[in-house]
Amino acid sequence: MSQLPIDIDEKPPIDIDEELGMFDKPENVKRLLRIFYTCVVLLLVVDIFYHKHAIFAWEGYFGFYAVYGFVACVILVIVAKYVLRPMVMRKEDHYDD
Amino acid sequence: MMINALPPALIMILGGLLVPLFKGRARQALLLLLPVISFINLLQIPVGSHWILPFLSDQIVLGRVDKLSLIFGYIFHLIAFLSAIYALHVDDTVQNVAGTVYAGAALGAIFAGDMFTLFVFWELLTISATFLILARRTERALGAGFRYFMVHVAGGLCLLAGIIMHVSQTGSAAFDLIGLGTIASWLIFIGIGVNCAWPVLHPWLTDAYPEATITGTVFLSAFTTKTAIYALARAFPGTEELIFIGATMAAFPIFYAVIENDLRRVLAYSLINQVGFMVVGIGIGTALSINGAIAHAFNDILFKGLLFMTMGAVMYRTGKINATDLGGLYKSMPWTCAFCIVGAASISAFPLFSGFVSKSMVMEAAALGEMRWVWFILLFASAGVFHHAGIKIPFFAFFSHDSGIRCKEAPPHMLLAMGISAALCILIGCFPQYLYSLLPYTIDYQPYTTSHVLAQTQLLFFSALAFTLLLLAGIYPAEIRSINVDADWIYRKGCRQIYRFSRWAFDGINEWANRTFAQQFTSLLAQFFEDPGANLQKHGYRLLVETSGIEGQHEQTIRKISIRSRTASYPVGIGVLLAVLILALTSMLLFLM
Repeated sequence: MSQLPIDIDEKPPIDIDEELGMFDKPENVKRLLRIFYTCVVLLLVVDIFYHKHAIFAWEGYFGFYAVYGFVACVILVIVAKYVLRPMVMRKEDHYDD
Repeated sequence: MMINALPPALIMILGGLLVPLFKGRARQALLLLLPVISFINLLQIPVGSHWILPFLSDQIVLGRVDKLSLIFGYIFHLIAFLSAIYALHVDDTVQNVAGTVYAGAALGAIFAGDMFTLFVFWELLTISATFLILARRTERALGAGFRYFMVHVAGGLCLLAGIIMHVSQTGSAAFDLIGLGTIASWLIFIGIGVNCAWPVLHPWLTDAYPEATITGTVFLSAFTTKTAIYALARAFPGTEELIFIGATMAAFPIFYAVIENDLRRVLAYSLINQVGFMVVGIGIGTALSINGAIAHAFNDILFKGLLFMTMGAVMYRTGKINATDLGGLYKSMPWTCAFCIVGAASISAFPLFSGFVSKSMVMEAAALGEMRWVWFILLFASAGVFHHAGIKIPFFAFFSHDSGIRCKEAPPHMLLAMGISAALCILIGCFPQYLYSLLPYTIDYQPYTTSHVLAQTQLLFFSALAFTLLLLAGIYPAEIRSINVDADWIYRKGCRQIYRFSRWAFDGINEWANRTFAQQFTSLLAQFFEDPGANLQKHGYRLLVETSGIEGQHEQTIRKISIRSRTASYPVGIGVLLAVLILALTSMLLFLM
């Protein structure tokens, strides 16, 4: 919180606690998350009733895209964090010597 | 055929070179007008080949105008204009000239009808781009610019070698379908591949783009890779190797993007990921897939430009770009935040945004060609790109934890450029038929089917769900101040090792040669020739004594030799004998020669 803004307005420095934005209030974030979870569930429910016209057979399976999207991202993050990062991460001055 | 227009690249390049003559408002006006005039000029040129000039035994074609080159011409003018608006505050002659000439060079390359013209503009692209990086004037930018230049010069030489071989084999310099086969075609293929950021050849991009100036990166993101995509679409459509190259490009950068801290570098990785889709499309080689590749190039120039603009604006106002330093900016920069979300939605291919109508063309072409693995990889890449570019960029810059930074909203000209780009992203996403009508092949493709919209929405929402749950569970990798080594390690560290090794090896040889020849051998020679006659006798005498084993007062004899030699008191007989011997030797040499 100590970083000074580069571009100081004519207005007096803003006290951060006074100017809470929309997403600084936990109840707003919770509300947003609840809307998001509802959408996710709805999208799955829709998949029960609507059979997709697809080129590959598995595209029509229930929840294929949902499961694939979820699993793909979990694998992506896990591999990036636990496999790739230990292999390639170096200090910021790695090339500076 | 005579037409009332100038070659497509001429206005931007010559105009760019005139920029230093103007100052202040006049220069700003010129920078904005050049793309507009150049675009009007382009509209005057009818379809066909123009400005055909004799060159060596062949001919060069400065303006080959057909549907394929035209669509790139349109989007290049558009992004040149938008970048000019975005960079209106930049009062730096180097950047002003380099940006305009760079756009002109890209135009020259895509309208080139022969390989020599292509090569010249290809190199001009490299030179002008290097200045956009160097203009940042930091030590890192200097290094990155130098590496950028070296890699592209190597790629350019590869291309030139291929062109010369190809021309001498086929007897024609026309730049048309080449296809893989001969060594020449492979050299051209790889030369284009360097600019296209193929895996292992790619690190120039992720190295240099985040080090360039704020506005320079916006220019850079549009032209170099897309010119390479054009060249591939022209010369290597349907080349199977491109499918594998493209699939790798689409997949591997997203892993790097997830753990990268510098948000412009995240975008650089996602640029490679998007170009991967285009390369796959060209590799499949059907009308649908090539249309998809080009439509996606068109859209990518807009949404990737937009994303780089928003990150540039953040950098312009806060002076920071690392995710660890940013956060909570939505309060200070609401408009930039909104435009960034539009760009993020477009690159993630949300329905009603531009990426949706082009990325799926490539995927459908892969499915129709029964390429299961390619299709699975592309689907993985689609989910991944939403993850790192769609969520990560806006989230860490504008939301996440409050960094405490309070700054002004981006300046009006930046907002205008971002606003137009964002509007175009939505416009193309809602009314794709206008974009489709510009594509080289006439096809009937309908992106908005219930199945497609539902499938894509499910994919994206569940990717977002994964992000949310991983973040809440604390598994999502925290941003760390660090760098991640990539294939550029090979030349950034590897070359240093080569340098060290060669220094050790060659310095060793040098040292030894210096010691042996320059010091020891010469001093020996000097000693010997100080008194060659006496030395010869002394050594001969010693040799004789040692081999024959005669006992006697050798020391005395040797001293006698020295004295005789120093006082030159040889008996006359010996002197004459020596003279005769020398005469005999010289005359023998003379006669034998």
